[in-house]
Amino acid sequence: MADEPIIKVHDLHKWYGNFHVLKGINMEVKRREVIVIFGPSGSGKSTFIRTINRLEEHQRGEILVDGIELSHDVRNIEQVRMETGMVFQQFNLFPHLTVMQNIVLAPIQVRKWEKKKAEEIAMQLLERVGIPDQAHKFPGQLSGGQQQRVAIARALAMQPKIMLFDEPTSALDPEMIKEVLDAMVELAKSGMTMLVVTHEMGFARAVADRMFFFDQGQIVESGTPEEIFKAPKEERTKLFLSQILSH
Amino acid sequence: MTEMNSVLPPLSERSNVLRWIRKNLFGSVLDSILTIIGVLIAYWVIKGFLTWALTTARWEVISANLRLILIGQYPLEQAARLWIGVAFLIFLGGNSIGIWARESRFSVALLLSPAILALLPFSSGPRTWLIVLSVTGLVGWWLGRSRPEVLRRSVIIGWVISLPIIILLTHGFTPVDSGGVLAIVKTNLWGGLLLTFLLTVVGILFSFPIGVLLALGRRSELPIIRLASVMYIELVRGVPLITILFMAQLMLPLFLPQGVTIDRVLRAMVGIVLFSAAYLAENVRGGLQAIPKGQFEAAHALGLGKAQTMIYIVLPQALRLVIPILVGQFIAVFKDTALVAIVGLLDLLGIAKTVLAQPKFLGLQREVYVFISLIYWVLSYGMSYLSQRLEERLGVGK
Repeated sequence: MADEPIIKVHDLHKWYGNFHVLKGINMEVKRREVIVIFGPSGSGKSTFIRTINRLEEHQRGEILVDGIELSHDVRNIEQVRMETGMVFQQFNLFPHLTVMQNIVLAPIQVRKWEKKKAEEIAMQLLERVGIPDQAHKFPGQLSGGQQQRVAIARALAMQPKIMLFDEPTSALDPEMIKEVLDAMVELAKSGMTMLVVTHEMGFARAVADRMFFFDQGQIVESGTPEEIFKAPKEERTKLFLSQILSH
Repeated sequence: MTEMNSVLPPLSERSNVLRWIRKNLFGSVLDSILTIIGVLIAYWVIKGFLTWALTTARWEVISANLRLILIGQYPLEQAARLWIGVAFLIFLGGNSIGIWARESRFSVALLLSPAILALLPFSSGPRTWLIVLSVTGLVGWWLGRSRPEVLRRSVIIGWVISLPIIILLTHGFTPVDSGGVLAIVKTNLWGGLLLTFLLTVVGILFSFPIGVLLALGRRSELPIIRLASVMYIELVRGVPLITILFMAQLMLPLFLPQGVTIDRVLRAMVGIVLFSAAYLAENVRGGLQAIPKGQFEAAHALGLGKAQTMIYIVLPQALRLVIPILVGQFIAVFKDTALVAIVGLLDLLGIAKTVLAQPKFLGLQREVYVFISLIYWVLSYGMSYLSQRLEERLGVGK
């Protein structure tokens, strides 16, 4: 059981109209693994991570999350979404709810927890991401970095087995990137299974178990951070790394 | 505590009345000309109106018919029921102000307005009731203020059941001759402001949920529901309200089985609700479209289903965005109820026409219509004012 992959993706294809976005992706992710996905824009990396909780539908191939196959079956989709948390580039907090309400909404409505229990767990999570004092503010009153940490706490409140991060620091001002990355590093070290689309190579070096380089809808190269940074095999990987590491 | 080092602006920059007038009214030659023309027009209009209102106008037409204007032919000996209904509403209003708007002095002053109206030349009955209204409102306000936590829930329940209670009080339930309490008052006796009020409240309360459902239906993934919603909305929006009211009065009986009749007031209410729902649906749809895709995605990613996403995430934001438009629609419903006068109901406008048909008051159109307009204006502006307060409370546009 422990070695059984928690995510299995086999020959995944997706089209937007006639545009072939994902061209046969294969990937297996073990429990407690931290995966970093990187690549040029338009390479399909965000689309890929969004197929794992079915925010995007795939047209061919199969995806198994914790043994549940993603198909048109709504119950399976709901099941998978309860097991996976997601953090977005634009935070996507609910602006009409306070930080606390943002976090407890899904546990109360989906997991059917008591309000009191949900709020206790929410406070613990806010302390974990370092902003317990902001619980009763509205998202609009927080900085970008604080909002993204709330988004992480909100996803964790559902006690997911997998966390998906879709470019979590790309919309942040430089001085706020670190506070979000710190929270993510802490999460990675606690043993969470994570799939992270990011260009933060420092983060990848520090906690990634494996890295996948996406280009034009395919996985061009994969390996441990050591292999990718020290000795990339493919020309495209070398070129891309030199571009993002040089600035 | 003033700052020691603060420097006053130069003398010429300090505000005073003359400076303000020179800057804003006589800033250039053109400004000066416009100001003079504007003042002349305003003087001419106001002088004309005041001369008429204070000297020629025969306001006794209003005081003699005030009862008709307010409640129509509603039997006077049953009027206490209506006063009790109004008192109930004012009590709830006072409660709500005490709980949710404790800082608002204006709202508290509003509770005193019935007592101020009592200073006008009324007979002793209404005068006593007006004072009772103010007292009830203030008691409600004081209770709400002193124990907000306890009362919050019951006040909300009170508002929910208030419409049935008002309708029940107005209509009654025991047959006229049985001598029981709350004898039935037939709807053909309802009139004036009472009828306008009931048509408006029913129109707003029932068209709102239907409008929201239609708006959601128009965005549904199920083609049949979508098509039905679109057809309904476009059909109703393509027809004037007056034709819908005529159809409700004249054509509805054709579709009903023999012997079944629907009350005329009820028919008018149904017409208004159906008409207003189509417009509301379009307004709500505008709000739904303004919600970013990321909100849906975040809700779905958390495992919320489609209905939960709508109820907890999308609708609260969408409705908040369209409050100003919705209130505009509600005010339009209020004013549009005047059209029922054309199909023979005696609402504010209808009753005005019957007042003017009395031989004693022939030719006093100006007085009656000015007074009716004043009632419409005060209530419309009241709604508009409340919605602005509500927007501030909910932080719309923040």
